[in-house]
Amino acid sequence: MAGALVRPTLTTGGNLAAQTVGATVRYGKVSAIEDVSLEVPTGVMGAIVGPNGAGKSTLLKLLLGLQDDYDGHVYLLGEDVAQSRHRVAYVPQRSTVDWDFPADVLDVVLMGLYRGLGPLRRVGRAEKAQARAALEEVGMADFERRQIGQLSGGQQQRVFLARALVQQAELYLLDEPFAGVDAASEVALVRVLQRLNAEGVTVLAVHHDLNTLKKYFDWLALLNVRLVAQGPLASTLTAEALQAAYGGRLPSMAEVPPTEGLPRPSLGADATAGRN
Amino acid sequence: MLELLTDPTVITVSLGALMLGLTSGALGTFAVLRRQSLLGDAMSHAALPGVVIGYLVAGGRSLPFMLLGALTTGLAAALLSVALSRRRGVKSESALGVALGTGFALGVVLLSYVQRQPGAGSAGLEQFLFGQAAATLRSDLITIGVLGAAALLVVALLFRPLKLVIFDPHFARANGYRVQLYEAVSTGLLAIAIVVGLELVGVVLMSALVVAPAAAARQWTGSLTGMVWVAGGIGAGSALLGALLSAAVPGMATGPTVVLVASLVVAVSLLVAPRRGVPVDGA
Repeated sequence: MAGALVRPTLTTGGNLAAQTVGATVRYGKVSAIEDVSLEVPTGVMGAIVGPNGAGKSTLLKLLLGLQDDYDGHVYLLGEDVAQSRHRVAYVPQRSTVDWDFPADVLDVVLMGLYRGLGPLRRVGRAEKAQARAALEEVGMADFERRQIGQLSGGQQQRVFLARALVQQAELYLLDEPFAGVDAASEVALVRVLQRLNAEGVTVLAVHHDLNTLKKYFDWLALLNVRLVAQGPLASTLTAEALQAAYGGRLPSMAEVPPTEGLPRPSLGADATAGRN
Repeated sequence: MLELLTDPTVITVSLGALMLGLTSGALGTFAVLRRQSLLGDAMSHAALPGVVIGYLVAGGRSLPFMLLGALTTGLAAALLSVALSRRRGVKSESALGVALGTGFALGVVLLSYVQRQPGAGSAGLEQFLFGQAAATLRSDLITIGVLGAAALLVVALLFRPLKLVIFDPHFARANGYRVQLYEAVSTGLLAIAIVVGLELVGVVLMSALVVAPAAAARQWTGSLTGMVWVAGGIGAGSALLGALLSAAVPGMATGPTVVLVASLVVAVSLLVAPRRGVPVDGA
């Protein structure tokens, strides 16, 4: 029943920001994801949701070209990942790096510009101005000389988003951007992502909190090794689909059936006050 | 004191120590940040058989041949430990321990075999265990200098990719950097950091001179560039001071002296450097 929501296709749609066709990734004999045909339309604010071990991070890594062994096909912005990666920005999980690395906040943001600089050109004034503007936007302007080891989790995540912002990409892929992040940082992060999205940028995030799903996102992929459902959030976030994805492990959202015809997601009242 | 500074041997020893200390200190930064101190130790012990093989191939004491041999067997030990640690149930420290032991044992066996051969031109090979600065030849300076300069040039050219790959390999790969290539390059740099010092410091303690300056430097600076320079400076200073001290005392092995000086710098840095322990504010 839930499977009927998945529409496999064999063509690369021109208006898809991210697409997999029959993608399977196995670790040993266990499938991390199985026969996933994801179709993320351009311009959405999308979330990949599913229980632990559902393959959410694997799917994101597959999209980013970080997965060596897989079956199926992957397209980003209508092209092979190798061709389109300079139009894509990635915000990894905070916990994947060693924050004791000798670098300050500005250093890390500048890393986002390395791919455009090539090996010999120096980081100049223009690059630093760009990095500072990104730090300003995530509310970290006063921290540019701070050692990254001295940041809180939320501040680290904001620095990572700033590093992605300087890449001025068409598609932003984020791995659990709100995990272990304080409320103020979460608001700051969402505000930036919504600003990008309002300008036509596609956002796709692995997300773990069903309670904020409706507030932040307008498109949804429900994953549990197989793709359970995907589509506009309002029509996809049904009790049946959640049940199919989470089975008996359904968290708190379960009792709250989603409202029909949800408008564009917006922030809660507290956050809207600070919106520009 | 003044005549000591104009003594040709002392000048040779000083130059050699400065170059090797600078090289291994600066390159050690990358090894320490990649948490590869133990790999360095395994590679340096496993360099011994290469030194002896290089000696045999060259038919006598030839530093370029011996260091080429050292690079080869050191890197072979690194590959062995990687291959072992891919086996189920073998932790990477165990794999490194096996690689270190195998390499070093092979080296000692080869060494005692060669030393029992007639001709006795092999006298001085055992200096590669603990290092002997006074035995440094002027021609050795060229070998050490060329190796060191080449490695530091690679660091200068690949600085940004190396930095990115070490800090955030996932992001680097998503940005199109060939992460495995740069990891291989930095392992190669670690091997060079080790072999440049084998003659003066010896296989047993050389990895300490790669690790200690970087560990001390981290206490003084918060940038990778700064850490490379400070570690290079500490490495050069420790190697120079240690080599001169050991050269002044007949029969004193250089490696332990150099490493004791470097360890002292680490201790002082931990005690007085400003960086660590700063409370998190504004978080």
